[in-house]
Amino acid sequence: MLYFIYDYTFEGLLTAIFDIYNRKVFPDRIQGGHLPVPLFTETYTVVSDPEKADRVIEGLKKKISRQALHHLFICYLSEIENIEASLFRYIRKTLESPSGIEVNFADEDVLFLSKIYKKVQNEAERVKQFVRFQKTADGIYLAIMDPLYNVLPLCSDFFQDRYADQSWLVYDSRRNYGLFYDLRKTEVVHFDQPIRPLQTGKMEDEHLDESEIAFQRLWNDYLKAITIRERKNLRLQRQFMPKRFWKYLTEKQ
Amino acid sequence: MKLNLLLTEHSFIFACMNPQIFDKLKLLAEAAKFDVSCASSGTTRSNAQKGIGSAAGWGVCHSFTEDGRCVSLLKIMLTNYCIYDCGYCANRRSNDIPRTTFSVSEIIELTIEFYRRNYIEGLFLSSGIVRNADYTMERMARVAKDLRTIHRYNGYIHLKTIPGASRELIGEAGLYADRLSCNVELPSEQSLKFIAPDKDYQSIYRPMHYIQQGFLESKEEKKKFRQAPRFAPAGQSTQMIIGASPDDDNRILHLANAMYQRPAMRRVYYSGYIPVNTYDNRLPALTAPPLVRENRLYQADWLMRFYHFKVDEIVNEGHPNLDLDIDPKLAWALRNPQFFPVDVNTADYEMILRVPGIGTKSAQLIVASRRYGNLSSEHLRKMGIVMKRAKYFITCRELPLFTVQEVKPERIRELLTLPAKKKKDAEGLMLNF
Ligand code: SF4
Repeated sequence: MLYFIYDYTFEGLLTAIFDIYNRKVFPDRIQGGHLPVPLFTETYTVVSDPEKADRVIEGLKKKISRQALHHLFICYLSEIENIEASLFRYIRKTLESPSGIEVNFADEDVLFLSKIYKKVQNEAERVKQFVRFQKTADGIYLAIMDPLYNVLPLCSDFFQDRYADQSWLVYDSRRNYGLFYDLRKTEVVHFDQPIRPLQTGKMEDEHLDESEIAFQRLWNDYLKAITIRERKNLRLQRQFMPKRFWKYLTEKQ
Repeated sequence: MKLNLLLTEHSFIFACMNPQIFDKLKLLAEAAKFDVSCASSGTTRSNAQKGIGSAAGWGVCHSFTEDGRCVSLLKIMLTNYCIYDCGYCANRRSNDIPRTTFSVSEIIELTIEFYRRNYIEGLFLSSGIVRNADYTMERMARVAKDLRTIHRYNGYIHLKTIPGASRELIGEAGLYADRLSCNVELPSEQSLKFIAPDKDYQSIYRPMHYIQQGFLESKEEKKKFRQAPRFAPAGQSTQMIIGASPDDDNRILHLANAMYQRPAMRRVYYSGYIPVNTYDNRLPALTAPPLVRENRLYQADWLMRFYHFKVDEIVNEGHPNLDLDIDPKLAWALRNPQFFPVDVNTADYEMILRVPGIGTKSAQLIVASRRYGNLSSEHLRKMGIVMKRAKYFITCRELPLFTVQEVKPERIRELLTLPAKKKKDAEGLMLNF
């Protein structure tokens, strides 16, 4: 058994793939350094190298569109069990076929990755939909989320574009990092200590701006008022707004 | 990381701290709730001057109410006072209900504060008619103008135009709004005159025409110089109430089709009539709103817009109403078995689109993938095609077993409606074909 161990970044994965071709050894598995390795397994540690990663990207660019390339990154963000294997197989088939396999949905890996891509995109969409900022006493608009996939990188433009004149923080409590915008730039930040709102999804009242409660109430009232009782359909509501987001929703308390 | 003392650049006088605002919002949201257009799509305005908001790309639903409807915009009325007496409307003059009016600044503040919290994509403002059409339209345009010019707000704005409003005011509204709409309300002029005697098609079509003109003129101007002001870049939409009048689906869809021929018309919405004025016997006494019919109309609308169906193929004199038990695409296929089965490995995209169980996305997947080799039914299933339906209408690598040629249309209809009978009537807005 041979495992390639990499630093659990996209660049690291591409470096691993470069090394595979370069050394002409095919590992049984490529996995992040944070995962346990079974006993009696030979390992090779990949050292992330932007140049090697670029070489792989250049190779791929000759066979697939930029969009498809970006999709691979999005699939990577899914962080699902052994996504590395599917990505590697896809890349390998692409590099080894004369004109790429980008739209061959009869191929299992293409189809599988296209489904993963959709799932990750949907999750990113849901974060954009269901983030609820609470205005804190120090004027920062704060929102907490725990998305299934690592989608904050896909949402940052969305928030930055919309909320350019307010300072905001969107925090992924599952992965313990957030994006913080300070009116000039967006940065990756993390809380050193677990604060309570990371569990509850909500700031405590005493840390909120004095107008915040009023606007939350107005929002709740608004949603109640526009509901058409004759058309009540809770099943449909849950289908569009899955329960796992409710704890972050102002209107679902 | 600490939540430090960064002060945001905006500071507001809190009109919303006025306790009345709670009652006003409830009343004026309730008054607006039957307007269905929730979409905030079809426009791009990036946040260039670092103000608040952007309307780039597609509309986002930020919440869903208990009726399963998408909440994308703050949908409210400026006022629920009205001098008109339309039979289908809860705000009609003759109803004895509490009435109230927002000030322009109250609406602006609600919009901005909701927007900042990521509750909404923007504002959808309509109004009852006070004094006259122009007086009302003028205040609505003011809201949009102040949001854009004073508050540097770039989020979405949809203004409903008031029937009978002047060209000047519609021109003003179009400068600041993304979308303007003018509701046809009833699918025929007789019905309109009968149920809403204060209105006629003139008062509705004229503003519609002004919007279209403004839209086209601004497009021309833009060709000449890029800085030319935009006019309602997301075009216009309209809405018809379904089931309040005897008009059949043939009439409704032909009118919708005619609307879509207009250059700026983006969406026609269908709204199942909810009896709000049960005392008014010009209107039918319904026990439940016609939700299934409404859903079928939306499906038919999709067939016209995305599946290249002609309206006459969906409804005509011989088939004036949509089949409530099966969707209009399946209904068409069963009426026209001579076109099937379709070979997915060779047929045109157009024909694949017509297969029940295959949507636009899967049709594209099929056409893209078959270049690499023949597709089998297993491939199709994995691509998300609803084989339960599609199998009667296609052939692929394997031999077909029972297509519509062997199993007769009537039998397929039976087979495909059986489980549906058990399902509850409330299907909501699902477009799964
Ligand atoms: S004009 Fe008619 S539909 Fe509009 S608010 Fe007045 S009564 Fe209602």
